[in-house]
Amino acid sequence: MGLVKAYGDTRVLAGVDVRAERGRVFALLGPNGAGKTTTIRILATLTRADAGRATVAGFDVVRERRRVRRAISLTGQYAAVDALQTGAENLRMTARLAGLSRRDARRRATELLARFDLAGAGDRRVATYSGGMRRRLDLAAGLVGQPSVIFLDEPTTGLDPVGRQAMWDVVRDLVRGGVTAFLTTQYLEEADQLADRIAVLDNGQVVAEGTPAQLKERVAGQRLDLTLAGRAAYEAAVAHLDGRLVRRDPDRLSVGVATDGSAAHVRALLDEVDPGRGGVARFAVHAATLDDVFRELTHA
Amino acid sequence: MRDALVMIDRSVRLSRRTVDALLFSLALPVLLMLVFVYLFGGAIDTGTRYVTYVVPGVVLLCAGYSAAATAVTVAQDMSSGVVDRFRSLDVGATALLTGHVIASVARNAVSIALVFGVALLIGFRPEAGPVEWLAACGVLLLFVLAMSWLSAAVGLAVSSAEAASGFSFFVLFLPYPSSAFVPIETMPGWLHGFAARQPVTPVIETLRGLLLGTPVGANAWQALAWCGGLLAVSVALAAVLFQRRAR
Repeated sequence: MGLVKAYGDTRVLAGVDVRAERGRVFALLGPNGAGKTTTIRILATLTRADAGRATVAGFDVVRERRRVRRAISLTGQYAAVDALQTGAENLRMTARLAGLSRRDARRRATELLARFDLAGAGDRRVATYSGGMRRRLDLAAGLVGQPSVIFLDEPTTGLDPVGRQAMWDVVRDLVRGGVTAFLTTQYLEEADQLADRIAVLDNGQVVAEGTPAQLKERVAGQRLDLTLAGRAAYEAAVAHLDGRLVRRDPDRLSVGVATDGSAAHVRALLDEVDPGRGGVARFAVHAATLDDVFRELTHA
Repeated sequence: MRDALVMIDRSVRLSRRTVDALLFSLALPVLLMLVFVYLFGGAIDTGTRYVTYVVPGVVLLCAGYSAAATAVTVAQDMSSGVVDRFRSLDVGATALLTGHVIASVARNAVSIALVFGVALLIGFRPEAGPVEWLAACGVLLLFVLAMSWLSAAVGLAVSSAEAASGFSFFVLFLPYPSSAFVPIETMPGWLHGFAARQPVTPVIETLRGLLLGTPVGANAWQALAWCGGLLAVSVALAAVLFQRRAR
C-alpha cells in the first residue's frame, strides 16, 4: 500500500497500491523503467521501500521477512541458476537451502525436473540449455519449498513463441494447483492471456487497474491513422479530435484515433473529421500497440 | 551451518568446472618459480642458493594471486540473479562467502602442494621437521584465509567481474616490493619502509624461518597480527557490503 521508492534523486515508485487475489494471476503491465521490477523486489523482500506497507501471504514484507520468504518464490528476469551446474544439481542445492534433507532434496529435484519437462536434461549442465529451458529450471528452483505465492518478473522476455507458450502453460498449471501468481510483463498479450486482473504501471504509478475486459473497454484495441492533405486540414483535425487523439505527428501531417475497427465506426470517424471529403489523404487501421494503451491511459 | 556446507559444495564444484581458470592458477605459480630460479636467479645474490631463497616468496605470490580470484567469483555471483535466489532462501552473507573462501583454500592447497613438489625436484632443500612444516602450513592457511576474505569483500564492493579481476593484479604485484624475491637491503632506500612493513614480508620471513631455520624473531607475531587483522576486518566489511545490497 502506497509504496514509494527512490534511488538518489530518481523517484522510481510514487505510491503504488495493488491488491492480488489469492489463487489468481495478477499482472503488472508497464514499459521498461515503469517500476515493475522494483515493485516485485519490494514484495519479494529483496528491496526495502522508502515508504508504504505491503503484506504477502498475510505477512508484512519488512517485519516478517523470513515468513514471507518461506511462502514465496521469485523468478527474475535473469535465470538465477548456475550455468556450470547441471539442472539436477541446481535443484538439489536449492532444495537443501530450503531446508530439505539430502534424500528429500534428491526426490524433489527429480519430481520437478519431470514436471517441467526437463527430465532428459537433468544431468546436463545448464550452460547447454535453451533460454526457455533455463527459465523453466529457474521457476522449478523457486518451487522447491512449495510456495503459496510465486512472483514472476517478465517470465517470457527474450523467449521464442514456443518457449513463451510453454511458460504460460506452466503458470496456468501452477495456478490451477492453488498458487497465487504475481507477474510483471511488458506484453499486453501476455497479461491478457494469463491474468485475472491487471494493473498498468507507468512512471511509478498505477494508471489503470481492472480485469483484462475492463481495460480493453478503456483502451480501444485498434487505431485509425489519418494522413491529412495539408497543414490546414491537419490543424483542423487536431483541433476537432483533441482529447481523443492517441497519436499525433505534425511532420507527417498524421494523427491517430482509437477505433473498434468496424467499417461503421471508421466511416463515421472519417465523416466526422472530414465532412467535406477532401481533407484526409490516406487512412490505415492498426492494432493498438502498448504505446497506444499508455498514451490513452496517461491521458485519462 | 548447513547453508555454509551447501555453499562450499557449490563453490568447490564450480571451481572444478572452470577448467581453464583452474589450470591457469595451477600452472602460473610453477612457471613463475621456474622463471625466477632459472632466468633471474643467476643474477641475484642472496647469500644462499636462490631456489631456497625464492620458494617461500613464490608460494606466497601464488597464494595471494589465486585467493584474489575469489573477488571474481563473488562479483560474478553478485551480478547474476543467483544472489537474489540465495537471499530469498535466507542464505546469509557468511554462508555464501564461506563457500567461496573454502573453495579458494582448496584451490590454494593444490597449487601450493604443486609448487613445493616442483621446488623439491629442482633443488629446494628445506630443513624443517614435522612441527615446522605444520606451523608453516598453519601460517599459509591463515594468509590464504585472510586474502580470500579480503578478496570476497572486494568482490562485493566492485560493480563487475572485470573490475574484480583488476584487484587480482594488484595482489599479484604486492609481493614484489617485499623480501619475496630479493633482500630488502638491495632496494632503493625510499622503498625500505614500505617493503619491510607491508604484510607480505613478515609472512614470508616467518615461512623462511620455519622451513629453512633462519631466525623468525618478531616476524611471527607480525604475520599473525596482519593476517588476523585483515581477516577480521574483511569478514566484518563483507557483512556490511552484503547488507547494502538490500536497499
